[in-house]
Amino acid sequence: MDPRRPPRTVPDPKVRHVGFFAPGADAPPPPDRSNSAPPDPLSSSPPAAAHLTPPGTSISPVMIPPPRHSAAPLSPRRRDSFIVGSYSGKRFLDVGSPTASTASATDDWALPTSADSAWVGDTVGAGASSLPPVGSAAMIAKGLASSVPATAGLTAVSNVHRSAGVSGKPSGAASKVQGDKPKQSKPLKEKTTKAERRALQEAQRAAKAAAKAGVGGKASVHMSEVVLASDVESVEVPKAHFQRNDIAAVNEKKVIDRQLEKDRKKDVPQPRMQYDDKSRVEKAKKRAVLKQTEARNRVELFRHLPQYERGTLLPDLQSRFFQLDPVHPAISKVGFQYLSGDISGSNARCIAMLQAIREAIIDYSVPPGKALVRDLTSKIGSYVSFLIECRPLSISMGNAIRYLKNRIAKLPLTLSESEAKATVVADIDRFIHDKIILADKMIVKHAVTKIRDGDVLLTYGSSSVVEMILLHAHELGKQFRVVVVDSRPKLEGQLLLRKLVGKGLSCTYTHINAISYIMHEVSRVFLGASSVLSNGTVYSRVGTACVAMVAHTFHVPVMVCCETYKFHERVQLDSICSNELGDPDVICKVRGRDEINFLDGWTNGNNLQLLNLIYDATPSDYVSMIITDYGMVPPTSVPVIVREYRKEQLWI
Amino acid sequence: MPGPQLLVDEFVSQLRKRKVEGSQATAQLTAELLRTVISQLRAAEAPILIETVRKFGRELIAANPFVETFVLPELSVGNIVRRVLRIIREEDASGVTDGLPSDGDNQETADYADGQVSSADVLATRRLLRSPSLHGLLDRVSNAHTDDMGGKRKAPADKNAKAWMLKHNVMEAINELVEEISGCHQQIAEQALELIHHNEVILTFGKSKSVMEFLCAAKKKRSFRVYVAEGAPKYQGHCFAKDLSAEGFRTTLITDSAVFAMISRVNMVVVGAHTVMANGGIIGPVGLNMLALAAKQHGVPFVVVAATHKLCPLYPENPVVRLNELKSPSDLLQFGEFSECMELAPDSSACVLNVVNPAFDYVPPQLINLFITDIGGHNPSFMYRLIADYYSADDFIL
Repeated sequence: MDPRRPPRTVPDPKVRHVGFFAPGADAPPPPDRSNSAPPDPLSSSPPAAAHLTPPGTSISPVMIPPPRHSAAPLSPRRRDSFIVGSYSGKRFLDVGSPTASTASATDDWALPTSADSAWVGDTVGAGASSLPPVGSAAMIAKGLASSVPATAGLTAVSNVHRSAGVSGKPSGAASKVQGDKPKQSKPLKEKTTKAERRALQEAQRAAKAAAKAGVGGKASVHMSEVVLASDVESVEVPKAHFQRNDIAAVNEKKVIDRQLEKDRKKDVPQPRMQYDDKSRVEKAKKRAVLKQTEARNRVELFRHLPQYERGTLLPDLQSRFFQLDPVHPAISKVGFQYLSGDISGSNARCIAMLQAIREAIIDYSVPPGKALVRDLTSKIGSYVSFLIECRPLSISMGNAIRYLKNRIAKLPLTLSESEAKATVVADIDRFIHDKIILADKMIVKHAVTKIRDGDVLLTYGSSSVVEMILLHAHELGKQFRVVVVDSRPKLEGQLLLRKLVGKGLSCTYTHINAISYIMHEVSRVFLGASSVLSNGTVYSRVGTACVAMVAHTFHVPVMVCCETYKFHERVQLDSICSNELGDPDVICKVRGRDEINFLDGWTNGNNLQLLNLIYDATPSDYVSMIITDYGMVPPTSVPVIVREYRKEQLWI
Repeated sequence: MPGPQLLVDEFVSQLRKRKVEGSQATAQLTAELLRTVISQLRAAEAPILIETVRKFGRELIAANPFVETFVLPELSVGNIVRRVLRIIREEDASGVTDGLPSDGDNQETADYADGQVSSADVLATRRLLRSPSLHGLLDRVSNAHTDDMGGKRKAPADKNAKAWMLKHNVMEAINELVEEISGCHQQIAEQALELIHHNEVILTFGKSKSVMEFLCAAKKKRSFRVYVAEGAPKYQGHCFAKDLSAEGFRTTLITDSAVFAMISRVNMVVVGAHTVMANGGIIGPVGLNMLALAAKQHGVPFVVVAATHKLCPLYPENPVVRLNELKSPSDLLQFGEFSECMELAPDSSACVLNVVNPAFDYVPPQLINLFITDIGGHNPSFMYRLIADYYSADDFIL
């Protein structure tokens, strides 16, 4: 046991269970920590602890527990990434340039744009590979001045041009594009990002090449750790590393740092389209494949969200099915399914989308005179915008697309078309398998430990993970009762109820208004989530917040089950600013209750509006714990996971 | 003219057949019925009156559970019966106290100089110290009885006149009660302007006539938005939203599940109640507790609009279960829908599927910010006092 960290004795077992998943003796050390290197800035102490103590015995409050089972699919990819970071000391000296040495990692957000481009250029030109420990970089850089001569930057950029050779852009343009980057705020500016990605890719390729030829494998750094330059100061620096590094290495390192920093910035999702902005809406309409009629009677508060007349769209689309030129049939099929509501549920939608894109990629061939990476990215962009027109993407789908585009952007240019396609397809399959299917299994495994005999579990709506949990617990022979709470208009709970009852679980069914009636007898609440946001807010099916609130009031633990790929770095305080509007007409009809027809022909009056919200945001106060594939964490740990995950996703 | 028993039976059957809807109408009809009953009684001495009213009251209350629209017994019937009883007691007591000096039974007071006068003193001090309706009343009534006994011996004619006076007074008081009930909505609505401001957003739940009147009164001077939660499984919110929009309100109908999402943009929650309990909690349509909690979490005032005839002198004990009614599962599930998967259940002996469909919800007083009644706005903590004003402790249990 780590002497500095005696295991805390927490009186309340509930509290203790919520936060941490103490790895058992059999748990393998986290794969990405085994490789020496400087401690990860974000979780600064645990890696250090891992060095000092036998893995598996340290219980650290910050550490995200490693997946206990089948780490295999994840680890190989991570190992790949180690190679990327390895460097040779010699190379540092090669690169050492006056410009580089003057930069500071601490003011990276405030740097002039020319400097920005200089770093990119430098990286590429030098075939940058060296990644000294983050901490030492910071320590040295801290003391240095921050001004960067613009000229040096330009020469560096021209260097890119020469060495890359492939890039069609003149260096001036490239630097200009780079310079524009920080100002950029418009949602659709593909060119910039592409250019950047290109640069990044070059850098990586060079790095890989260097790694192969490289010497010091030992000192390699997990690339992703570098991403977090902003935390750099807080890192403890292992002495050995510090002594070995020279200034050149430091700035070399920072070059990468900056590169990654930018990459991260780029990865922060652009602001979503606000539909109350008339000019934007007009522009979007011009691009749109589908011609949707906007709903006439919209709720004032939600004018920033798209709302269309539902009834008209589907027949129109179907009639034009064969004219929908730019869209692959698989994509349009999925789009229609979204539109008609045949596919719902975050996981199902995400998987359907990925599989459609996969099919589209298999059928894809590069048009003559175009680069695969660029063309495929734009192709996927057009698919995605089609899907968005059908139904706004869920956050998890956005994450999946981001992953996919990242993977495509990082395709080595040396690959032939078929190889590249195969790689992307494999990536998609792996995403579906690892991030969704396997993650669900992990969640089930974790969550089942929280079900005891005699429990009364409450769930709301129909979450695929929660369903798996309940069924698995039932298979394990646990004796418990399930309360399924449902709400209009979707009544998804009935689907879940049907499956559970079919398997012989003892169920109680009720509607959301009766929640405070039923909550008296409930001992645990399991909820699914569409997304978990960085501030711990759970973004989920509308009504989840009500359920969580009532459970909180009754002191019933609320557990949110959510795969990590659904986590998002956005923050949200209420359910108004970002949401999705469903078809308002479904509200006035109650299924199976024909006598409720007060609102037939409601559209006649202008005063009356119907609001069909799809999601709501549950404040983190109501959530006792979030069960993810990484273990069970309190809502406050969500940002940690988001960052970890982002790193992993960027660099696998 | 049909006898009182006939009238009561008729009303009971009306209640059973759901001919009477709404607590206000029920309350008013009850009061009118009791007025008729009392007017037809020949011997109008207080104990007899009380006994009669109590007897019919029990019958009326017993009729109620069968009224489908209010599955929970429509407590306003019981409330009105209690108030009539209270009126009788009050008039009886005041008749006695008025009578004492005016009747000029001076000899008798002289006879009992020590005992009687001192007891009158005690009575007076009690009246000062205690509310007229609390347990002191019991003593006074028994005092009045002994007085009556004394008076009977002396002058039976005088007794008759007194009884007639009593009956007359009771009738007048009941008339006032009927008027009060019929005018309760106006009284409530008058306070609307003090509570609703321009451009506010009001959230309401289900359907309530008091809320309607309240909002309409405010609309004359102010313009604001109304969100209506639909109130499953009765979905009276649909009807209410339609009515509101017909009145010219900018109305938005939301699902019950969106209550939490929307409450952050709401300035005030205004709801009606089925019953106001003595501790200041309310019984309302199911889902109200969730709404009240959400309002509390967001610091949104939760205002209950309820006339005094909804004020029930009972304290809730386990109200969620005791003051509730589970309705048919068919509101939630089609009977046929689940038959096939039920058969798949391995052991059919165990009840695999339960459907819970409660009709009412209890909102504890700490979630309520304000009561708007026809006699002004009150805190939930003040309800006990109103109950003391309106009901006699003897009648809490009929």
